[in-house]
Amino acid sequence: MDIVIFRVAAVFYLASASLYVYYLFRTRERVSKRAYLLLMIAFMIHTLALVSRAFVARHLPATNLFESLSLFSWMVAGGYLLLEWRYKIPILGSFVAPLNFLGVLIATLNPQTVRPLPPALKSTWLYIHATTSFLGEVAFALAFVVSSVYLIQERYIRKKRLGGLFQKLPSLGQLDELNYRLLTLGFPFLTLGIITGAIWAQYAWGAYWSWDPKETWSLITWFIYAAILHGRMTVGWRGRRAAILSVVGFGAVLFTFLGVNLLLPGLHSYSSM
Amino acid sequence: MDILVVGLNHRTSPIELREKLAFSQEETQQAYEKFLDHRLVREVMVLSTCNRVEVYSWANTGGEERILSTLQELKGVQKEELLPVTYVYHGREAVKHIFRVASSLDSMVLGEPQIVGQVKDAFEQAMASEATGVILNQLMKKALSVSKRIRTETGIGESAVSVSYAAVELAKKIFGELDRKKALLVGAGEMAELAAQHLVNQGVAQLVVVNRTFSRAQELAEKLHGEAAPMENLPQELVDADIVITSTGAQEYIITGDMVQRVMRERKMKPMFFIDIAVPRDVDPQVERVENVYAYDIDDLEQVVEENRKRREKEATKAERIVEEEVENFLHWLRSQEVVPVIVSLRNWCDEIRKRELEKTVSRMKLNGEEAKALEALTSAIVNKILHPPLSYMKEAASKGEGEKVARLVKGLFALEEKDEHKDRDQRQ
Repeated sequence: MDIVIFRVAAVFYLASASLYVYYLFRTRERVSKRAYLLLMIAFMIHTLALVSRAFVARHLPATNLFESLSLFSWMVAGGYLLLEWRYKIPILGSFVAPLNFLGVLIATLNPQTVRPLPPALKSTWLYIHATTSFLGEVAFALAFVVSSVYLIQERYIRKKRLGGLFQKLPSLGQLDELNYRLLTLGFPFLTLGIITGAIWAQYAWGAYWSWDPKETWSLITWFIYAAILHGRMTVGWRGRRAAILSVVGFGAVLFTFLGVNLLLPGLHSYSSM
Repeated sequence: MDILVVGLNHRTSPIELREKLAFSQEETQQAYEKFLDHRLVREVMVLSTCNRVEVYSWANTGGEERILSTLQELKGVQKEELLPVTYVYHGREAVKHIFRVASSLDSMVLGEPQIVGQVKDAFEQAMASEATGVILNQLMKKALSVSKRIRTETGIGESAVSVSYAAVELAKKIFGELDRKKALLVGAGEMAELAAQHLVNQGVAQLVVVNRTFSRAQELAEKLHGEAAPMENLPQELVDADIVITSTGAQEYIITGDMVQRVMRERKMKPMFFIDIAVPRDVDPQVERVENVYAYDIDDLEQVVEENRKRREKEATKAERIVEEEVENFLHWLRSQEVVPVIVSLRNWCDEIRKRELEKTVSRMKLNGEEAKALEALTSAIVNKILHPPLSYMKEAASKGEGEKVARLVKGLFALEEKDEHKDRDQRQ
């Protein structure tokens, strides 16, 4: 049942993404408002899908790749809805919505059967660890999009070619500020995610830290973001450099999230397929 | 009856003549009485700006000559002077012209926004003076809505078409809101002053003027509500400045790459925007190599302006398509107006007969409420069924442009009194 609902949500995600892309060419409030509404509908249907999945599986649906991607896309959609509601920059949706739909699409390509939870994972820590890590990653995903838009806009200004999307994209100042806010929001969550993960590992595997690839890569990710924030406060890593680092940081997030699961065997491998 | 435009603008006539023909508000008031004096002109409106003087009207044949002669009389100009510079449009062309004017497609600077306000004011005044009626009211309302539609659906008003505006627009794209930004003006060229003025208007938090002659800096600072600083302080001032406008007469670069590198380190890489209006240049192009530093010289800005102008022209072709479409819509409405009064009076006439006869029957036969209601429904249905074919025929004829003829015919057939919307005005006069 939840799979059917999920597919309906996917259709709405696609519709919203198409409309957001259309908004790049026809920048009308009417278009962006409809795209926003469609995204909200997709989000709500997706919520339904997740709830019904949780009922069937009797645990947080974040234990295989399909579930993780689905949950992640859902949180990105929710995060973006809040972001647009708060900052009113619908043009960001033209980038977020298609990327998010891509996530949904990849999710559907993975096996979707509910599997019983390995005993090692049966714990409230699953909820705390997964939620905090995901919240951090969602903030970084949005920061990645904001930074990419920053780099596009910066290129227009530096090349002195003010055609194309120049008029439609937000100002560098606004994007830089937004990037910074998202990073400062995501970082505490990532930190919490790693700490709760370590505590849970102590319960489940008997060791706080065992240098499993996922652990190693989250630590690398943590150091990258720590460096960005530290650099900003001390020597002024802002603007272009902050944007590039934010893009790099998200690369590390993606690798931790997907690459490790798919390429490197380790303790977290149950979340691969 | 036709919609008529008689006018002259910046392309057809020299400024001297336009000045002579310009209408002040009071003059317009008097002019309306003169224009409407004779029955040739039924509705009228005058649009007088520094680039154009135009008379819009809803007039009978011969209205054109009357408007021209009234203009001569009011303004004391000779016919020989007026005729070669005026243009006259009728019907479709007139509607199109008015829509284009209101949408700033006929302006000297394509897409400039003032004209919309001017049209709106002129229309409101004409309405207040009761110079306009159903036709011009609808026409001008439509013109304003077309103008709004074009502004939202095309980029005709987007992107600056002067160097100083282009610079300010860029500053906004770099910094976002300018209300916490500091601007520094180095040197005192006219264009630099203009750009600084725009920045102040856009709410820049602080402005510092630096000049080789300190008194000149003070003078300018006072004018722009800023502060003055001596030239020796330039490196220090740069540290706090986000936007720097330079326009000195110096022969070599006064702001070098090394200098900016140092400054950027000190200001923790906060972005800087150099607007170099001086020739020869004041800002070393090397500064652009420094991260988060953007520098535009006068050539760059002029190129931006040129591209913007081209972009506006491209947008204008989109706008012209919208105008064509809306002219069609308006003409459709206008044609239907030829038969609407007759339709209304025919329907009223039939309904009056129906009600009168119904009343008689109901009271004579002492019918109860339900029976009376049934009879009411029956008679209404008969009237509507009979009226349906002629009414649709009239509407059809109107959309083919034969409304006037058919309206006359129907009026004759049923001996109808025309319920003309102009009746109000005719009574007034």
